[in-house]
Amino acid sequence: MGMTMMENLLARKAGVAQVKPGDLVTVEVDMCVMIDLQFATMWIQPSRIHNPDKVAVIMDHAVPAPTLKDAEGGPKARKFVADFGIEKFYDVGRHGICHQVIAENGLARPGEVLACTDSHTIAGGAYNAAARGLGPAEVYSILCTGATWFQIAPTVRYELTGELPPEISGKDVFLYIANTYGDATNQDIEFGGAGLASVPLNDRRTIATQCAEISADFATFGVDERLAQFLTDRGVHDYTPAEADPDAEYHDVRTVDLAALEPYVARPGTVSRNGVPVSQIEQKKIDQAFIGSCANGQLEDLRVAAAILRGRTVARGVRLLVTPASQQVYREAMRLGYLQDIADAGGVITNSTCGACFGYHMGVVGPGEVCLTASTRNFTGRMGSTEAQIYMASPATVAASAITGYISDPRGVTT
Amino acid sequence: MNTVITGRVWLFGDSINTDAMYPAFAMKLDIPEASKHVFYELRPGWTDRVEPGDIVIAGRNFGVGSSRPVAALFRHLGVAALIAEEFNSLFFRNAVNAGLPALTAPGVTELFSDGDRGRFDIATGEYRNETTGLSGEAQPLPPVILDILASGGILARLAGRGYLPIELLDVLRSGAIPQDTGSGA
Repeated sequence: MGMTMMENLLARKAGVAQVKPGDLVTVEVDMCVMIDLQFATMWIQPSRIHNPDKVAVIMDHAVPAPTLKDAEGGPKARKFVADFGIEKFYDVGRHGICHQVIAENGLARPGEVLACTDSHTIAGGAYNAAARGLGPAEVYSILCTGATWFQIAPTVRYELTGELPPEISGKDVFLYIANTYGDATNQDIEFGGAGLASVPLNDRRTIATQCAEISADFATFGVDERLAQFLTDRGVHDYTPAEADPDAEYHDVRTVDLAALEPYVARPGTVSRNGVPVSQIEQKKIDQAFIGSCANGQLEDLRVAAAILRGRTVARGVRLLVTPASQQVYREAMRLGYLQDIADAGGVITNSTCGACFGYHMGVVGPGEVCLTASTRNFTGRMGSTEAQIYMASPATVAASAITGYISDPRGVTT
Repeated sequence: MNTVITGRVWLFGDSINTDAMYPAFAMKLDIPEASKHVFYELRPGWTDRVEPGDIVIAGRNFGVGSSRPVAALFRHLGVAALIAEEFNSLFFRNAVNAGLPALTAPGVTELFSDGDRGRFDIATGEYRNETTGLSGEAQPLPPVILDILASGGILARLAGRGYLPIELLDVLRSGAIPQDTGSGA
């Protein structure tokens, strides 16, 4: 019987010939990524760990430390990496949001298993990895033992057709899927089809990242020429891609015509069956516009925002916040002039952090405010007050809306 | 390990997300303080009324969202188990890894009202509303999960196997997270 991409990957990692939905498998974890929050909230230094070469520590959620509690976590992280000889340590200054740092450093490898203490770890599926967010206690256990268990989930395959238009982003693709098909709780998602070749890597990562929002377990893309080149550029070699068998059995197969998509926006609360094409939304005034996070703080996101903002001005009464996803993205965006364009238009550039996306620091929203965000989540209260409304859209839509002052189709602003 | 959990139930709806149970502002607090904000917007004052041994029942897609350790807050409040029509898998794993029994029981929200007494056997999957007499059956938890629960959670199991200082075993089994233990190895 044929297996899906993820079934093939997990079967191989578990050392068994065949798996099917419902099976429990034990797998070795190839990369265990820990983040700053783990050290600030529940850190006990272990007596021994499995393998320091398979561990990375990334400072991202609360850096530079906004609270004393976070400040107390930093030294614990630094002591831990020093004591155990962990070389993959991304401290403040060479830091970034963990999923961006994972991508930049080739830590998510095709056909391999990556675990990390953040729910958007599923982002690594853009690189054909079995990447999944696990709780701090479980990641700690993987740190110690090098292994964990998974239950094989049924897979939904998205067959992408057509070409992605240049003004449509991965965010729009995802918001369309979430609005049309709803939650994928306890399911894996697989993306493929002839249209995939037209989807850039940054958009694939946006899509994979956001699959956490429809509650998926794993979301994976196959290895094609575009991904192979991306990996070569980052020094990733000698991997075994996970592929789907031609006769794989799926829970469902859904076709998405990329050429037919238009900019989407999700209304407050959830992305699941809660969206609308931007062209059809009522006039909605905004107070804060945010572009950032693991999903949309990538260099290409900043390029798109800068291109729309260049020579224009953020509307009075709107705060535009832009958070590069990593220090590397920040430096490159500065070198290329994107940050200058954004700041000249009236935008505020913050340091790289998870900050505003999770309502912890760097742009918390107040009661009665409306935020339009190109980040990961639009739960009630996610970015601050439970009386704030959080709409979600692409970086292009957010940048265009920051100029007009209300939620706007970027195709109308840039032409 | 006692695999039968009996207690008063609290009924919640579908797609209750992690931010509704563990908001960002509470992440700046220690666990005992943070636990006072569970369901802060959804059901204000709930943490004053929940009692040790109570059971939380929710609908579909329970716990969608963040990896933040919500189960530690439930354990601090004394919640004995989480039952749901359907769990987000990360949230489910977080619960059992924290030593908090979690059972997927399709149809369960139809059988209970707030305040009823429920009886759940996580090893057989059988459950019963002791107030109304209605009963149902869920898939029992597999041995790998029962083993983690029997250990008192994954950190306690690690302490038992020598990965963490053994003197922390009892406090880890209790579900508490030891503070100021940054020295270690």
